Amino acid sequence: MPRRKKRTEIFALGNEAVAEGALLAGCTFYGGYPITPSTEVMEIMANRLPKTEGGVFIQLEDEIASMGAVIGASLAGRKAMTATSGPGFSLMQENLGYAIMAETPMVLVNVMRGGPSTGLPTCPAQGDVQQARWGTHGDHPIIVLSASNVQECLDMTITAFNMAEKYRTPVILLLDEVTSHTREKIELPNPGEFEVFSRTVPSMPPEWYKPYEETVRGVPPMPPVGSGYRFHVTGLTHDRNGFPTQRPEEVVELMDRIHRKIDQFFYDIQLVEEIQTEDAEICVIAYGCVARSAELAVHQARQNGVKAGLLKLKTLFPYPRRHTEKVLAHAKTLIVPEMNMGQMSREVKRVTMGNAAVRTINRVDGQIVTPSEILKVIMQG
Amino acid sequence: MSKITGNEIIHQYLRHNKKFPHVLCAGCGHGIVLGTLIRSIHSLGIPKDDVVVVAGIGCSGRLAVYVDFNTVHTTHGRALTFATGIKMANPKLNVIALMGDGDALSIGGNHLIHAARRNIGVTALVLNNNIYGMTGGQSSPATPEGSVTMTNPYGQLDRSFDTVELAKGAGANYVARGTVFHVNRLEKIMTEAIGRPGFSLVEAITPCHTQFGRKNKYKSSVDMYKWLKSTAMSVDRYNELPEEKRGDRLPIGVFVDRDRPGFEEVYYAMQADFLKPTVKGGK
Repeated sequence: MPRRKKRTEIFALGNEAVAEGALLAGCTFYGGYPITPSTEVMEIMANRLPKTEGGVFIQLEDEIASMGAVIGASLAGRKAMTATSGPGFSLMQENLGYAIMAETPMVLVNVMRGGPSTGLPTCPAQGDVQQARWGTHGDHPIIVLSASNVQECLDMTITAFNMAEKYRTPVILLLDEVTSHTREKIELPNPGEFEVFSRTVPSMPPEWYKPYEETVRGVPPMPPVGSGYRFHVTGLTHDRNGFPTQRPEEVVELMDRIHRKIDQFFYDIQLVEEIQTEDAEICVIAYGCVARSAELAVHQARQNGVKAGLLKLKTLFPYPRRHTEKVLAHAKTLIVPEMNMGQMSREVKRVTMGNAAVRTINRVDGQIVTPSEILKVIMQG
Repeated sequence: MSKITGNEIIHQYLRHNKKFPHVLCAGCGHGIVLGTLIRSIHSLGIPKDDVVVVAGIGCSGRLAVYVDFNTVHTTHGRALTFATGIKMANPKLNVIALMGDGDALSIGGNHLIHAARRNIGVTALVLNNNIYGMTGGQSSPATPEGSVTMTNPYGQLDRSFDTVELAKGAGANYVARGTVFHVNRLEKIMTEAIGRPGFSLVEAITPCHTQFGRKNKYKSSVDMYKWLKSTAMSVDRYNELPEEKRGDRLPIGVFVDRDRPGFEEVYYAMQADFLKPTVKGGK
């Protein structure tokens, strides 16, 4: 057996890990507009992409333009991304909806900061959870991922690109300021040690190609613009040929397919980490930097003889329902600590359907939820 | 062999599997602009696969669906941003952004300024009909002062926007204006614009009788074409006119014609420098 090549270790910020992950995943296009606390992602891409074969970095005039350029680049066959924070994320929402409708792969990193409005620019928060789910207009599926440490920032960025390409959809990586600005030692995986997925391109001759045709996975192949497959891309509800339609049966077919292509692959998309959940009577459900506080609280509770566990969400949407249901087999209490007024606890309550008590810990003062706060609630039972 | 007529050229470039008839009103000038665009591309000999038409929203936005190029119908006002991404990702493509006056000057004003400043190699085609047509006739930044619209029942109070002056000021490489009455001249400037490096802008004045003319002093769409005929004059003659005689006359022709390389050219040249294999020592 060949010896595994030693991995490169670096000491990196969460935001730096995001940029490294993007480059490892094959990202060759970054379009963006600087905003705290996401800026380091952009700065590293500005440094690295021009020196990468074919890599394009462009600073646009605003966040709306950034999303437009990223979608355009993706249509032209690039793996493309942008990074932003709260107010910029709001500006991107209309074009995010366009990317969902036109089934354009891309990665959007949102490093959450305190809000609403300009809020607490340099303070951590988790206030964009429901904006990530429902920020754009209309009914739509979405994939939202998260990370709670620097290594995960790298890993989840690669995962985000893979999912975007696999399912032809924008993927949101939702981080918080603490995770983005924490510096930790991480390992860069060697090429070949991780999966790199690229979109399926059509193999049939152009005259047979239908850009939005039904397939087994619900994901039609996607050729780059200018490669001989000429078709119409639109944000309007369209038929299989990509032309606008208002015929009810064609509208329903499209809406069903874009939902189904995400929903049916829940085992691939819904990622969690289970820490001592096998026999947990009290289970904490957390994500982002709060999950780190929760992990310590759970260990301390176990030392005190309480059967506590942690379900760490790496995928926020589609909400990892089956993992929660598994925990509910023995957990009588679920605790959801968050740095918002309770945006994820809504999801937990929805899935719990009254089968367990759901307790919330909420902070919106720009401070993180501490282990002792969580431990206190665990000990109350 | 018989000579190929203009109609035969256009037929080669239409999507016959697409739903015709089109959405445009009788008397609309948009079809004329699309015709000149097709003939320009045809005369330049650009293959269909190398053309990307990126359109905004509204009547002009709907034009993209009828032509057999790579077509992208974007969000309102954002055509230039999508076009920028496409051009940067694949500089070999001829990217044409098709926008209305509301699209380009109002919601998309910032993108227009910066596309021109950046000098990205995109041809911007602004179809100016002085009104929001598809939304039902509300005033646009290009609505002339004093005109009546749905949102200006007592007359437009603010001044109308000059697309050409804006593009000039922002630093576009090529800026021209034409009208759908002066078709041959429009085709000529459009051909030039597509052939130029960097950012080029063509403003095509096209009448909207349904939403604009009807409410103002034009009894029929023909009156609107007569208005174009009598108002437009070549920019050279316009410049010779004394200030007081200019009045409402509309200068048409080429306003700026520079030859600066496009942003994508400059960017990829920088990249080529980085990637140049460094010669070490040698024997």
